[in-house]
Amino acid sequence: MDINKLKEGRKLLKEFKYDLGSIEKGYTNRTLYVNISENKIESKEVTPLMKEKFIGGKGFGLYTLWHGTTPSTKWNDPENEIVISGGPVCGITQYPGAGKSLVCSISPMTDIPIDSNVGGYFGPYLKFSGWDALEVQGKAENDIVVFIDGDNGVVRIEEAPLEAVDSHVIAEQLTEMYAENEADKRNISVISAGTAAEHSRMGLLNFSFYDVRRKVQRFKQAGRGGIGTVFRDKKIKAIIIKFSNVKGDLNNAVDKAIINKAGLKLHKEMHYLDDKQNRMRQVGTAYSQEIMSAYDLLPVMNFQYGGHEDVKKISPDVFKNNYLTQGMADGCWYGCSMACAKTADGFELLTGPYKGQKVTVDGAEYETLAGCGSNCGIFDPRAILEINFYCDTYGIDTISYGTSMAFVMECYERKIINKEFTGGLELKFGNFEDSIEVLHQMSRGEGFGLILGQGVHRMKKIFAEKCGADPDFLFDIGMEQKGLEYSEYVSKESLAQQGGFGLTNKGPQHDEAWIIFMDMVNNQIPTFEDKAEALYYFPMFRTWFGLYGLCKLPWNDVTPANNKFTSEPAKIPEHVQNYLDVVYGVTGKKLNTTEMVRESERVYNFQRIFNIRLGKGLRANDKIPYRSAGPVTKEEYEARQERFDGQLKEILNYDVEGKTTEEKMAVLRKHRESQYEKLIDAVYKRRGWNSNGVPTIERLKDLGMDLPELIEVVKDMQ
Amino acid sequence: MIFIIKVNNRELEWYEGMTIEDIFKIKNYTWTKIIVKVNKQVIDEENYKITIVNDGDDVQMLHLLAGG
Repeated sequence: MDINKLKEGRKLLKEFKYDLGSIEKGYTNRTLYVNISENKIESKEVTPLMKEKFIGGKGFGLYTLWHGTTPSTKWNDPENEIVISGGPVCGITQYPGAGKSLVCSISPMTDIPIDSNVGGYFGPYLKFSGWDALEVQGKAENDIVVFIDGDNGVVRIEEAPLEAVDSHVIAEQLTEMYAENEADKRNISVISAGTAAEHSRMGLLNFSFYDVRRKVQRFKQAGRGGIGTVFRDKKIKAIIIKFSNVKGDLNNAVDKAIINKAGLKLHKEMHYLDDKQNRMRQVGTAYSQEIMSAYDLLPVMNFQYGGHEDVKKISPDVFKNNYLTQGMADGCWYGCSMACAKTADGFELLTGPYKGQKVTVDGAEYETLAGCGSNCGIFDPRAILEINFYCDTYGIDTISYGTSMAFVMECYERKIINKEFTGGLELKFGNFEDSIEVLHQMSRGEGFGLILGQGVHRMKKIFAEKCGADPDFLFDIGMEQKGLEYSEYVSKESLAQQGGFGLTNKGPQHDEAWIIFMDMVNNQIPTFEDKAEALYYFPMFRTWFGLYGLCKLPWNDVTPANNKFTSEPAKIPEHVQNYLDVVYGVTGKKLNTTEMVRESERVYNFQRIFNIRLGKGLRANDKIPYRSAGPVTKEEYEARQERFDGQLKEILNYDVEGKTTEEKMAVLRKHRESQYEKLIDAVYKRRGWNSNGVPTIERLKDLGMDLPELIEVVKDMQ
Repeated sequence: MIFIIKVNNRELEWYEGMTIEDIFKIKNYTWTKIIVKVNKQVIDEENYKITIVNDGDDVQMLHLLAGG
């Protein structure tokens, strides 16, 4: 790597100098605007309205995106933006999971706003460099990088023709270029995408953090919705930030003692309880693989089934004992004792352009294991790590890739597509060698990779038009909604979770509500009203993390020993109180649990109306593929016949004797689809929306969100 | 005659001497964070093996949420 040669290729397009400013109660009170069409850089004021109604993070992202775009803006229009914001709590080091930032853009997959949360050092460094958010707009003529020097108050846009595109290479190049020495590397964070993000809609952004023990840049991903595709469409190779003086009190918090107290309490829980509970510090989020299979919730072969006997081959202990290094610094921000960012070091690649190289693989996390593993019928840990690595460095979302590949494999096995159509690749379930070739094709921009990179929503249309497939069947088995691929849980036996996926703003991603256990196993929410209450509370509560720059995992992946004695253990009341204390400690704002949810609800309704402004966000857009609600095929039904027959008898009083599988499937389907419609009615009512899913003006007034621009969108739809 | 207890408000066939640990096995509950209550009384994990449930008992085995 000849850094001087890379530097020789650089051409300065714009330099902007600024005062570093100060942070008060978690806010810098300004945002950084960078227009790469016009090479314009400026500072914008954060208004009191922004802080009061949008808080920060995802709230700032959506607010800024709304005002930067129009109702006709498409994902690849220059005015589309990428907005990155941490939120007022982002950057504290005393409470675990406080380094998150949220990335918002109009998505190439859904054509509506997407928000994706991400760890790594960029978000905190952005604030410490003087900015509550970074707003990037425009489209460059040639490949560029944006450099934010948070030590000296300089922002530069430079042409960068010679740098690599794949993340693991460019992050190393830029870290080497901007760090003065080895110790300085931890002060650099790089955002990058990858070569496959250029040729697909499912591109992601990698946010780096330098691992001082392993001496390598590691990554966390803003994975969902194709923001990496927008990034490369704008011809951005990287955004680099440098900040050199990280300390625990940079937010100028109001009451440090209360933050310290909450943090110490959680550190102790992690120390004493994590090994007995989820083992996040040992194996990360992958701890639940085998358990999900035991509960019939692990997607297997395109969500047809919920478990498989071979899941033991990709169990957490297989990874722990053979691949993951232990006892290292695996927190993606300082002070996180959960440290769930697990890593396979010295992993030798067997395929692709980096074949033979030994690399560091960040993961595999649960979603990647389930999506690229069991859902594709791949139960080889080595294969999954290789897919994981290439998805990351090529800038591809492992959830969208896994769910898309699983859809393709089912279509191949059902002879909807054939070898001629795939360019000679035999894309059967379990075929790692041919399926990873598709990933390499996505990087090169050729062959079947160009088709898979479009995602399930568009592949359904392509397969119907070019292969004569039945569009209705493809709708049933294609696990996408609103254009976004499902994340990796089987929701067939949980009506509430069908809503947890289907009634989201951005598409079927579990980060709004994961309530399968409450519903299916615990039987705690039996009525429509109960389910609606859960689908009100949890999406609103979980949205809140993204407003403040917090990670959700320390909320519920470890629980206090006395949690079982509380009246609502599912909410983990002690941890909720910790968050209220931390917010008070940083901002001085005293919230209670009701106000906490209302803060989220304001932004949640704003996002719903943003969807409506772009022509979606209505009841028709909340329809779900039947596979997420029940058995589409005879094989699926017969694999769980005892369960389905039993439900027909017990719930519908339907006599199954002498009936064919097809007859029983039809009755079950009619019932389940009607249940989902009733659920929608109940949830919309609880959220204060009309029967078409439009927020009522009355509700907006109640929330203090009757802003003129919102009323303008919904007033004729009441 | 069949005796019944309730587990998460669903019926389960009961037998003499049935323990909480037995119910875990019957239901194949392997989740790491489950709160057990018998007739609303919390049962500590170390007592699962020795806690006997009686005919007609109301057992709750609450799986806590997780995940990001």
